[in-house]
Formats: sequence, C-alpha cells, structure tokens
Amino acid sequence: MTDLHVVPGDLLPPATPERRHLLSIADLTRDDVERLLSTAHSFALSQERENKKLPTLRGRLVVNMFFESSTRTSSSFELAAKRLSADTLSFKASGSSVDKGESLKDTALTISAYDPDVIVIRHPQIGAPQLVSRVTEAHVVNAGDGKHQHPTQALLDLYSIQAALGRLEGVHVAIVGDILHSRVARSLVQALRLVGASVTLVGPPPLVPAELGERAFEIDAIAEADVVYVLRMQRERMEEGANYVPSLREYSARWCVTPERLRPGQKVMHPGPMNRGVEIDPRVADSDAALVVDQVRAGLVVRMAVLYDLLTTGPVLVETAMEVA
Amino acid sequence: MILVGRGGADDLVVRGARVLDPGEKLDAIVDVRIDGGHVAQIGERLASNGHRVIDGAGLLLAPAFVDPHVHLRTPGREDEETIETGTAAAAAGGYCAILAMPNTDPVVDTTDVLRGLRARAEHEAAIPVGFTAAITIGQAGQQLTEMGELADAGAAAFTDDGRPVASAGLMRRALEYNAITGRRLALHCEEPSLTRGGHMHMGAVSAELGLGGWPSLGESLGVARELSLARDTAQPLHLMHLSARESVEHLRAAQAAGVEASAEATPHHLCLTDEAVRSLDPNLKMNPPLRTADDRAALIEALNDGAIAAIATDHAPHSREEKDVPFEAAPFGVTGLETAFAALYTHLVQPGLVTLETLLERMSAGPAHIFGLDRPRIAIGAPANLVLLNTGATWRVREERFRSRSANSWLLGEKLRGKVLLTVAAGRVAYEA
Repeated sequence: MTDLHVVPGDLLPPATPERRHLLSIADLTRDDVERLLSTAHSFALSQERENKKLPTLRGRLVVNMFFESSTRTSSSFELAAKRLSADTLSFKASGSSVDKGESLKDTALTISAYDPDVIVIRHPQIGAPQLVSRVTEAHVVNAGDGKHQHPTQALLDLYSIQAALGRLEGVHVAIVGDILHSRVARSLVQALRLVGASVTLVGPPPLVPAELGERAFEIDAIAEADVVYVLRMQRERMEEGANYVPSLREYSARWCVTPERLRPGQKVMHPGPMNRGVEIDPRVADSDAALVVDQVRAGLVVRMAVLYDLLTTGPVLVETAMEVA
Repeated sequence: MILVGRGGADDLVVRGARVLDPGEKLDAIVDVRIDGGHVAQIGERLASNGHRVIDGAGLLLAPAFVDPHVHLRTPGREDEETIETGTAAAAAGGYCAILAMPNTDPVVDTTDVLRGLRARAEHEAAIPVGFTAAITIGQAGQQLTEMGELADAGAAAFTDDGRPVASAGLMRRALEYNAITGRRLALHCEEPSLTRGGHMHMGAVSAELGLGGWPSLGESLGVARELSLARDTAQPLHLMHLSARESVEHLRAAQAAGVEASAEATPHHLCLTDEAVRSLDPNLKMNPPLRTADDRAALIEALNDGAIAAIATDHAPHSREEKDVPFEAAPFGVTGLETAFAALYTHLVQPGLVTLETLLERMSAGPAHIFGLDRPRIAIGAPANLVLLNTGATWRVREERFRSRSANSWLLGEKLRGKVLLTVAAGRVAYEA
C-alpha cells in the first residue's frame, strides 16, 4: 500500500468565485458584454472542427427549467452545455409535479437538491428567475421571464450584428412591431445602448412605449436603419379585448416588413418564431438580407460563452479553447 | 360604541420623559401618573403612590396611534392574521385603536357577521378595535348593505376597500343614504378599465421591466368622480391610501370648494417610489402601487399642510406561500403595523421632511377625528392612551420578531430608527418591549 502524501494546500477547495447570475442585461457592463462576445467568438472557432466537444465543464450540471414553450432557446442551451461536456437535465413543466400544483419555489428547491451549477429558467411570469435565484445556490440564467427580459437573446443578437456588419458602435437598429409585450425588445434596447448602438422603435402607438426610447409610428422610419429587427405580435400576452390594433389585417398592411419597404444593404433580423405574412413578408424572411439562421447559430456559441463565463473566471483565449479541444 | 376590546385600569408612573401632545400644546419633560387607567397627574416629581415606575429619561411619551385601515383577515384567512395577532401587532406598533376592513370571507355585510366579530374582539383583542362594514353586499357593487342596521350594530365606517364601487349611480346612492348613519364612507378609488392587468405604477420603470402598468389616472379619475359625487350630494367622505399627485390636487380643489373630504396616506407610499420595484421583490407589490418621487413629494406636502390628515398602514397580511412566487403572480399588499412609526421617523422625520409633531398628529389625532373616535390625549382625566418611544434607538426589521402572523413587510432586513417601548391602550398596558 502506498502512503498518501498529502500537501495541506492540495485539499483546500478552489476559491469560490463570486456567485453571479444572468437575470437581466441591466446586470452587465459594457466590458462584460464585450468579454462574452469575444468568448463566444472563440467557441465559434472551436465549432468549425470535426470534434466539436470541449472538456471545459466536464462534471458540471446544467439544468434547463422551461415553464413556457421554446424551440431555439431550450435546444441551444442544452446543446451549449453538451458541447462543453457538462451534464444536462431538462425539466419541462408539463408532465412534472407542476401539474400536481407544485410551486415554483418547491420545484426549484427540488432541482437544487441535485447541486446543479447552473439553472436556466424560462417562465411566463416576471420575477420568476429572481425567485429561483433567492432559493438556490446555483447560478441562474434567465432564458425569458414574461415581458421582462431575455438577456441571452440580446447577446446573440449583438453577436450576429457584429458578425454581419463588423461593428456595433454607431450601428442603427430599427425594432419593428409589438415592443410592449416583448422581452426580446427590452433586453435588446438595453444591450444596444450599452455597446454604443442607436435604436428606433417602430410600430402602432399602443404597442410602442414612449419610455423605452426614440419611437416612430410610420414604417418609413426603418429606411434609416442598418438593421431592421422584426418582432412577432404576441397575441398570447394580450388581454382579451385590449384592442392594441384594430385588426391583424390593418397591422400587416401598415407595418409588415416587405421587400418594397427595405433598401439594399439593410440586414433583417427576427428572434423567431416568425408569422410569415403578418409582421414579415416571406420574400424578406427567405432573402439574403435575413440573418435569422445566423441568429440561431449565434445562439449556441453565445450560450456556451454564458455558461463558461458563469462557471469559470477571466476571459477565454482562442488558444485555450483550441488546445483543450 | 364603535370600538370594542379590552380596556384596563392599570396604575403607572412614567418619570422624566419628554411628554409631547401637540393637541394639548404640551411639550415638557415631566412625570405622568396613571391611576386606574386614566391620566391622573402631569407634573414634576410626582408621588408614585405605590405604582409601578417607568424611567422615561431620554424617551418620548406621546398619545398612542390610531390606524384607520387594517386587514385582520378574520373571518376566512386566520392563517394570515387573527384578531388576537393583528391587535398584538398594532400594540407593538404603538397603536391604541385600529379599524378593521370588511373584505373578509364572508364579507362583513350583515349584522350577524359584524356582531360575531365584535363579540370575539371583546375577549381576543389586545387593544380596542372597530369593525367597518361593506357598502355593497359581498362588495359586489350591486346592492347596498343595510347600512342603518349595521351602524346601529356598531359598524365603524363603510367601505368596499380592495375594490371601488364601480357604478357612479350606486356610489351616489350610498352617499345619499349614508346620511342616516353618521359614519364615514371610506373609498378605495380605482377605475378598473384602466388598472386591469396592472402590477405596478405605469411609467418609466414599468416600461423597462415589462410589468403591466397601473396608472396614476386609474386612481385620480376615481378620486375626481367620488369628490364630484360628494359635492353634489353634500355628503362627507374619506379617501383611502392616496398615492398620486393628481389625486391630491383633486382633493385640495374639493376641500377648497367646501367638500368635507378627508384622506389618508400609507407609510410605504410616503417612504418609497416605484424605483424600488426593480428588485422584483413581491413585498413591494401593493394596490395602489408605489409611484414616482414627484407623487411622493405631493403626498408629503399634503401630509404637512393637513390636506391629508391621517396616516394609515393598510396592513395587509399575506401568507408566505402567497408571496413566495414571481412578482407577477404575487397578490397586492404589505404589512405595516409594527414598523409604521420607525419607518416614518427614519424616512421622513430624520431627513427633515416632516416634523415629529406633525407625524404624531397624523398618526393619532388626525385619523381619530376623521372617524369620530375620541382623540388619544395626555390630559388629566383622559383615558390612558399612550406610547413611550425611544427615538434614539435603532433596530433591524426581522421576520421572527413580528407579532403579526404574516411577515410580508417591505422593510425586512432594514435598519430603522425609533422604537416603541410601551403602549397603553384604553388604560391597559398592551405592549412592553
């Protein structure tokens, strides 16, 4: 039997980094955003290799808690965790104890008993990620809470804009559509301001809150923009009989983004899911100007960067990412 | 009698406190002796007559407080508050009398329910309590309650608190008919078509957070309507928990035009703004919601000049499971009885926004006058309704210290200045720190 030679310092746990969550773009500084985008870029390079898996987060656990339907966000968080070699556990509200009346707090406590490193949560109610962050030791990432915030969407949008235009500073983005009910718009407006881009909000007056920034009601206003960011009419978040617009027919007649309303060179983005023919003309959605698929691809590497950033400290170097690959 | 509950005939001497009763023009460092539950003597070096002596040196002795707006949650939600715990919380906050709201289950809309509550309070209440009754049956806004019978059975006032009387026609009828009761109508002003889906004040912060807005106009439109009806019917009324500058402006205009309109403001509206909601802490969710710094300034100004003559806590207990949910899913309401004086002393008196005298007046004589209760006073022969305060002491608000059965306080964890040391209510020592 070999004697174990114990050096006292070896047995100390690593210093706990300051526990951080990503609940809102408002929690981030410009440095944070730039660091995350550059980390995402490093991971994008790693995704060009044949073996796309990095050992970085081996042995870590990322739990996805989705209380609202999602295609892009849930799949990309799951894939991001897997590409970093973390274990994943996907929890969906339907078919779980939530159907038996379990509260969000109890569900979060139950999941926390597995000692997850990160809990990714999407929930229809504003404040749900904050509640989870109060009861768990895990890092919490907000994957969308009601009309409030969707910070990783804003980060992937910045990443896509930077990839398409080569810059963020001074870029002009027109966000068109149902701003009032959009957590994507709220996060994106804050994120664009943070990096020195400018924003115009375009849409029907009741759906464009004056407090959020410069606004215009005529669709012509998109002509000034480098990027036209199109939003869906979120009918599921509108109260019965609220009459935000008289009809979808009138909405699309006045605000649908059509090829005729765009000028050459403009880029078009949409967070999905699209309602073709309502807020975006199918010819625009399928054109080269549309960055919709690039956005989805950016979602993977940006979410890898977010997980990496929460669970490690300091910026990742390209060499490091390539080396560990 | 509007108030029910245990009084007492305690004997006591408080020695050397600063005795401050603005209504009696009394501000002196003297001794106060209480014989058999009544103020017997005020002066220097009083004989103790064998009574218990409390050293008041460095402390403040004032008329105890009156809270016209408390939710005791009984009957129906005794898990959140009972007559016993709610009045114990009030005693710990320095109160000698409170009025309980009728939005219980069942609603206090019949004399049977009212008499039942009053009978229980005789034995259970730590301090005298008055029970208000609903304006409409079930607070449903359709049919007036038997206001005359309810008044005879001891209803302290009439209110559909928690919701407005939606029909202007019915509100007008209630004002007219209420002339026979001699009690106040206390109104929760809200235009529901403007506040539906609202979780916080509609403004810059709600736009940024994405929370449904509850606009100032949702209150002030209701305030304007009720004041117009009061003027038209020449009847008095009381406006509850005012929160918006526009509401205060309507109130001032009506008062100037001779309408007998009174109003109250809550500690949370006087101390906080909607900026606090950024934390998404459900204990910052109340109806009406926290408003802007400008609205807060208007409330403080009205408190100072007397347009708003009462401070009311709108103490609204909620169970932990009801509040441990996302902000958007949480019910409205926060507790306040045990923190009111300290919160207001810390946030209004210390920064010089309101004088101590004004604060004491609006927490005691003001609400008592509006609701026809005897003013708590420090005068020879008066029933002993006193609070002994240490305005130099600081303390931290902690959940486990509450006497209330609920802990949904907007002040949890906060350090406050001003501590209630002793409350004497209707001649009985109801609380000692």
